[in-house]
Amino acid sequence: MKKYSGFSLFKNALSYHENWQKLWRSPKPKDYYDVIVVGGGGHGLATAYYLAKVHGITKVAVIEKGYLGGGNTARNTTIIRSNYLWDEAAQLYELSLKLWEGLSQELNYNVMFSQRGVLNLGHNLQDMRDIERRVNANRLNGIDGEVVTPERVKEIAPLINISKDCRYPILGASWQPRGGTARHDAVAWGYARGADALGVDLIQETEVIGIRRKNGSVVGVETTQGFIGSRKVACVTAGNSGVVAAMAGLRLPVESRPLQALVSEPVKPCLDTVVMSNAVHGYISQSDKGDLVIGAGVDGYNGYGQRGSFHVIEHTLQAICELFPAFSRVRMNRQWGGVVDTCPDACPIISKTSVDGLYFNCGWGTGGFKATPGSGYVFADTVANDHPHPLAAAFNVDRFNTGALIDEHGAAGVAH
Amino acid sequence: MLLIHCPHCREDREEEEYSYSGEAHIVRPLEPEALSDQEWGDYLFFRKNPKGIHHEMWYHAVGCRRYFYATRNTLSYEIIETYKVGEQPQVSAQGAA
Repeated sequence: MKKYSGFSLFKNALSYHENWQKLWRSPKPKDYYDVIVVGGGGHGLATAYYLAKVHGITKVAVIEKGYLGGGNTARNTTIIRSNYLWDEAAQLYELSLKLWEGLSQELNYNVMFSQRGVLNLGHNLQDMRDIERRVNANRLNGIDGEVVTPERVKEIAPLINISKDCRYPILGASWQPRGGTARHDAVAWGYARGADALGVDLIQETEVIGIRRKNGSVVGVETTQGFIGSRKVACVTAGNSGVVAAMAGLRLPVESRPLQALVSEPVKPCLDTVVMSNAVHGYISQSDKGDLVIGAGVDGYNGYGQRGSFHVIEHTLQAICELFPAFSRVRMNRQWGGVVDTCPDACPIISKTSVDGLYFNCGWGTGGFKATPGSGYVFADTVANDHPHPLAAAFNVDRFNTGALIDEHGAAGVAH
Repeated sequence: MLLIHCPHCREDREEEEYSYSGEAHIVRPLEPEALSDQEWGDYLFFRKNPKGIHHEMWYHAVGCRRYFYATRNTLSYEIIETYKVGEQPQVSAQGAA
């Protein structure tokens, strides 16, 4: 792999940028791999990258039914933060945030990580009590955060409406300055390029249609390109996790639901931070291109259709227009949906299963993007050692039987 | 926007009138205290979550306020049938009954 640098930019400019190296190879699948990662989204590619980089396991294949990063990685609203309430979740998301901070250098690929800060608004007294509790819990975990007044909110995001004469007045917010956004595609491409350089085979347009087992152990996967052997299969298939689990005769405590987002026409810079509100249910940031990126809620019912109900968007835009009256004149450009695998406790599953050699990393629900690096890091460790990484142990699928749930509905909820 | 036929009201109404209650035909254990943690967790949390034909429970929240079942395709969102609690579906993932 040729390294990107100022010098390489200059050199390639001399040949009209026609001789850049391809980001990754497109290899034919081998007969056998040490680890097969099912799903070539951000989390799957990060898993493959850390398997090769940290654990030296380079005979790895990532099998993707479409193209790399074409699912939820391409569909989310790119918000990154780590201000979760419970220790287990906070530490996992904080590991991610720390990896994000060095990711562009680590991958030699600009993921456009921008620490523009994240505001979580409170609109009633109970919201403010919850926010204070969460910020204090964050600080005990070494995570930055402060409770801010409406006036400070107005300083951070001047277009916001802090009038008391509205249905849901802003009473304050939590503010995490280290949070922000990143370029979603670049994360997948950066990890893919890094993994490929370390010898990982990225196999696109190949769908896993079965998981072959022998005596309770995995021996490989059936794909649309034939059988590929492996003693370790790591599934990172987000919304399709239930379908992949069923191939191995398993059920998961997840339900797949459409989550929608939309972007406006590009406008001049007007919002240089991320604003989220659980209570009125909207979240918004502005991309470098200028479009306002707005996240809506999940649909009320299971669905794999990658589209959602109109009334959900209407509800979110009502909230955005109340928070930012100036945006009522902005026209929306595109709307789409992604299929997210929601867990009953709004926390992910990073786990071994009852089938030897079969691992699942799923259940990230509406907020997996922020966790991409940390998720890949702890999952790679779990797969490599066949033992949960210390930060992943609490996210074992067994918690739904033991009752040790990690209820993050307050910090995660719908607004991720 | 889904248009859902309520088998009680016998009318097609918009989805905003309804709320969703997940997978259908999950029977509450008669003796919960007799179950192991494994069985109780499975009952509470583990679901089929299929891509395709799904039997599910809906609640006509701002209509008759009664529960009913629907057979719906989770990929195309086509609602194949709705039927009352206590009745059995005419269509399943294996085909028409």
